[in-house]
Amino acid sequence: MIGGALVVGYAATNPMQAIGAILQGGGDDPEPSAFGPFIRITDDGWVTIVNKQQELGQGIHAGLAAIVAEELDADWNKVRVVDARSNFRAYGVQMTAGSNSIASNWDLMRNAGAAARTMFVEAAAARWGMQSSGVVVRDGVLSHPGSNRTATFAELLADASRQTPPQTPVLKRRQDYRLVGTDRVRRKDSLAKSTGTQIYTQDIQRPDLLVAMVAHSPRFGGKLLRFDASDALKVKGVSHVFAIETGVAVLAETTFAAKRGRDALRIEWDDNEAEMRSSPDLVAYFHDIAAGRTDVEPGSFQSTGQSPEAPFDGDVVEFAFDFPYLAHAPMETLDCVAKVDGWDVAITSGAHLATVDQVQAALTARTVPGRVDIEVIPAGGSFGRRGAMSSDYLVECVRIAKRVEGRSVKLIWSREDDMRSGYFRPMSHHRVWVQVGSDGFPERWRFHSVCQNLLPLAPNFTATEGIADSPNLSTAATVDGKIFTPAFPVIVGFWRSVGNSHTAMVMEHVVDQLARRAGKDPVSYRRFLYQKAGDTRRLAVLDELCARAGWDTPLEAGWARGLAIHQAFGTIVGQVAEVRLLDGRPIVRRVVAVVDCGIAVAPDQIAAQIEGSIGFGLSAALYGAVTLKEGLVQETNFDRYPVLRMNEMPAVETYIVASDNKPTGMGEPGVAPIAPAVANAILALSGTPTQRLPLLNSAMNAGFSIGS
Amino acid sequence: MSYTLSVNGRFHDVDEDGETPLLWVLRDSLSLTGTKYGCGAAQCGACTVHLDGRPARSCSIAVRAAVSAQIVTIEGMDGAEAVALRDAWVKHDVPQCGFCQSGQIMSAIALLRNIKQPTDQDIDLAMSGNLCRCATYTRIRAAIHDAAAKLGTST
Repeated sequence: MIGGALVVGYAATNPMQAIGAILQGGGDDPEPSAFGPFIRITDDGWVTIVNKQQELGQGIHAGLAAIVAEELDADWNKVRVVDARSNFRAYGVQMTAGSNSIASNWDLMRNAGAAARTMFVEAAAARWGMQSSGVVVRDGVLSHPGSNRTATFAELLADASRQTPPQTPVLKRRQDYRLVGTDRVRRKDSLAKSTGTQIYTQDIQRPDLLVAMVAHSPRFGGKLLRFDASDALKVKGVSHVFAIETGVAVLAETTFAAKRGRDALRIEWDDNEAEMRSSPDLVAYFHDIAAGRTDVEPGSFQSTGQSPEAPFDGDVVEFAFDFPYLAHAPMETLDCVAKVDGWDVAITSGAHLATVDQVQAALTARTVPGRVDIEVIPAGGSFGRRGAMSSDYLVECVRIAKRVEGRSVKLIWSREDDMRSGYFRPMSHHRVWVQVGSDGFPERWRFHSVCQNLLPLAPNFTATEGIADSPNLSTAATVDGKIFTPAFPVIVGFWRSVGNSHTAMVMEHVVDQLARRAGKDPVSYRRFLYQKAGDTRRLAVLDELCARAGWDTPLEAGWARGLAIHQAFGTIVGQVAEVRLLDGRPIVRRVVAVVDCGIAVAPDQIAAQIEGSIGFGLSAALYGAVTLKEGLVQETNFDRYPVLRMNEMPAVETYIVASDNKPTGMGEPGVAPIAPAVANAILALSGTPTQRLPLLNSAMNAGFSIGS
Repeated sequence: MSYTLSVNGRFHDVDEDGETPLLWVLRDSLSLTGTKYGCGAAQCGACTVHLDGRPARSCSIAVRAAVSAQIVTIEGMDGAEAVALRDAWVKHDVPQCGFCQSGQIMSAIALLRNIKQPTDQDIDLAMSGNLCRCATYTRIRAAIHDAAAKLGTST
């Protein structure tokens, strides 16, 4: 089969093109424009920019639009942004993940804007009978200064639309930017989100819509044995009750009827293959694994030096860390609207990975991806939860919709459903040995890291991302790293900053302990490590951070500063936290952050991401833990899974290092440094190192208090 | 059973089980979806509405208990404080995902109607029942101070 061979050939050279070939059934650009799939210009002079990524709070709609508007020289006040539906042929891969939405679309968006600009310039030059080099564009107006001629985008629209788009348009030089990198890049959705008019999936209402809730196994790996729906079906408004692969679905006219119907179900679960252990059992199991007392075989992430396996000698220090499961707990619980009509599947969702979701929905409905249309709408947070490669909640909704073909189904998960559903930031245990030289710096490092894998079949690289490439290893001739990957039914997933959410704590808190041991200031200790590594970017962040935080100035009695610097998704973030201990509780009043994210596209949104990341990371550092008791998740709502509140939020200052490098990620990197920054401040205050998170009492670390 | 509710200055007859939380009546029966479900347990504040002028968690109030109250949702918010806060929210680009912001603004309106120039401690007290997972707290604080200052100079 020639077609098959072609697809295979594609797959070998470019997997994305292979996916595109399969997805082509998705049809053409839904609103074809002379200026390509991302730009539509109307005769009222407004420019509509299509956001192919998912808006889940990070402000990506504004960042991408600003890049286009910069190259197009559009009037930012006459730019609107619309969210793209799923369409591989028009937009390419639609996956919002890895903090890469700006980085991966930087060239695409610049070229789209520059090509459209060129078309207007050529149209103006032709109309005015002159060389295009003399035409100037600014804020949606073309002009020729020599002859005082001007024309707007609207006036030139018809002529420009007939121009041939250039294949390699000339891009602006960085010093000529007028919008990108300024505080004029503002969100376009603040008004809708400040008036209750922004529509989320939870808000979708249709005349034919049924609300679905699903009773899931309370334990990971549990299976439905039998159920009795008789009482559920007596609840007014309940229309359907049936079993699906993930449990028992109850459909009703209203959300509350669906919930009441579900509450009335009587279900027996088969726990033969379910996870039945409790969190303390799992912690002990992880410790056994790290010590080589189990049959979990390690893989190595890094082995450098002459004989990495050789025993350590001399001055050897050992460190150990335990991290709990963490839930994403976005404010909007998982939800999805789907309708199946024969071969066609129509979905409305805050879908993170539209391309993956499209394929998963097609597999579920036994159709082809091209017959799946996803209307991607803003999500009320995600933090990685909606980015599950299994598209679990979306697939569940499609399964239900297929059973009631022709009707729209809105699947709503309660907060408890959401918290119990897994895709947790994995638990991990890290054991670190450092052989310290006479100068107080590491000669050898050894790591044993225990962590479930986030992806089936792939190497468990996220378990130690942020360790393997750390400049903190620079003075060591030998590094020996082992990753142990236990497998059991608790489902783990991507959680904002992924592996960095624990590895930053390992690398940055160990460094402060080593500096303290060597009698050196944590800043000068790091400076030596960074110089040895030749890490000029981190050195610049360190210097700026010290200057902005006033590192060398004293604080009032009882307060201390803690510093941490970590690189994730290409971006380096340094943070200094000002902390005191009040009855053993850390109080964080101020955090100074310095960011090197390459070219800063939207500085105010970068600041917003740093503020939000610090709040998110501090929630986890202080309180965050999902624990199991005989396999049952104990933290099912915000009473037992506290997150940071207004009165606990520190003041945050964000400073961006000027850079000409390509932009790098901003949604996640700010999360990683806050836990070690606070732990390092606690170390300075009390002399006590932190060996586990969260810092405050939880079922993970009952009886533990700081300074004890 | 039929109940008559006063919502945003208008009377609505709804046919509901009396135990139905006000939140779901507002959202599913009256299509007032600006009020959000976040936890169902009065833990997060996303469902905050005003009952007789006071902020209340609509997820934890049975509809039968709300019949005598003047209910106001984000859709019905009006007045100098509401306008000043909305403008300040936009000026500071407070929202990220935005899901909690209806509830945040409802709590902030009640705060400014009670205390014209709130201190940081007043803001902590009034706003700590409203969770924001995006942690937009620093901007919420700044926007409330900004709105209060604007209201102070305009009277």
